Amino acid sequence: MISIARTLVARDLRVVLRRPGDAATALLFFVIVASLFPLGIGAEPNLLRAVAPGVIWVAALLSSMLSLQRLFAADHADGTLEQMLLAAAPLGVLSAAKVLAHWLVSGLPVVALAPLLALQYDLAPELWGTLALSLLLGTPVLSFIGAIGAALTLGLRGAGVLLALLVLPLYVPVLILGAGSVEMAAAGLAAGAQLQVLGALLVVSAAFAPWAIAAALRISTE
Amino acid sequence: MLEAVGLECARQRRALFAGLAFALAPGELLRVAGENGAGKTTLLKVLAGLLDPDAGEVRWQGRPIRALREEFARQLVFLGHAPAVKDELSAAENLSVACELAGRPASPQSVREALERYGLPAEPRPVRRLSQGQRRRAALARLVLSADAPLWLLDEPFAALDAAAARLTESLIGRHLAAGGAVVYSTHQEASIEAAVHRVLQLG
Repeated sequence: MISIARTLVARDLRVVLRRPGDAATALLFFVIVASLFPLGIGAEPNLLRAVAPGVIWVAALLSSMLSLQRLFAADHADGTLEQMLLAAAPLGVLSAAKVLAHWLVSGLPVVALAPLLALQYDLAPELWGTLALSLLLGTPVLSFIGAIGAALTLGLRGAGVLLALLVLPLYVPVLILGAGSVEMAAAGLAAGAQLQVLGALLVVSAAFAPWAIAAALRISTE
Repeated sequence: MLEAVGLECARQRRALFAGLAFALAPGELLRVAGENGAGKTTLLKVLAGLLDPDAGEVRWQGRPIRALREEFARQLVFLGHAPAVKDELSAAENLSVACELAGRPASPQSVREALERYGLPAEPRPVRRLSQGQRRRAALARLVLSADAPLWLLDEPFAALDAAAARLTESLIGRHLAAGGAVVYSTHQEASIEAAVHRVLQLG
């Protein structure tokens, strides 16, 4: 069962490596959005420092959603999704593998790039760790929740808009906690509480989202 | 081993089939015939458990496939309308992933041999560069490695194949039946498969 999941993750990563365009687009989007704000707002250091966590988190959230639309769509189109539904492992396990592959491609680079982008906002170096940690805990939650939406809207017309409407409200708590943790740390307070709740969200979504994704996939492939 | 009881399916409020019942024993071949839109693909998907019928049920060795899920999927090879290959991967990579997903991992050596039998070179060329017929062959090469799966459900296995590949597929199906497997397939064209019991289910 685990080896089947590993095969699926390896396959998805290999597909992305062979055609890096789609993944690169989402990452480039993240970098560009996060870089445009300092240019638009102007070089007022205090203001930039204050908006940094929120802006970087919103950019990460939107870029995660951008790459979600294709999560199951390609598999649906070429028929490999049918083979996943008929695989020797439970569909929930395979869904978790798909989400993991999505996060490795779209979430992990965001975590790594965020401190670099924070430079443009003159965010204090001691906050980089909190920012990266909050994204490290938060972006997998975004992938899990988003994948439920992607599975539900699979094969529908206007799936992109519907996915955004469905998923964005559910992203709000993650955004508030994630950006809030960095703001707390910036104010000199302990960010532990927010990060712990983010961690709890991650555990809960990792435990339940795969089964919700599996159920949604069965519904939308009917 | 495979049994359909009172299957009923409708698409867009149009009944495709109703009260469909049959039983398939080891070594038996069932051909699903019918014109385009008669519900051949739908029936095969229902048999594979990908679609729920509006009424009736499919049983595998006496138990409903809905309850069996992965246990049933392990006994099954389903080759659908789409070839189920990833454009970015090579034929060998696709085949080994498909076998692994189905729970019967294949060694690189046997994957290479299976592809060779279907006349596909074992070069790391992505499937995107292959022709439609070659993609079809890459998908069908799974049959070479799936002899131990008792039930084969093949949707239009001969579509886009040339004569040699079609003959090879027919002989693989024949060998599978002789070894006690059961095969359900759909096709427009006449196929000459050696089978002790060859039944035809006419839809529409």
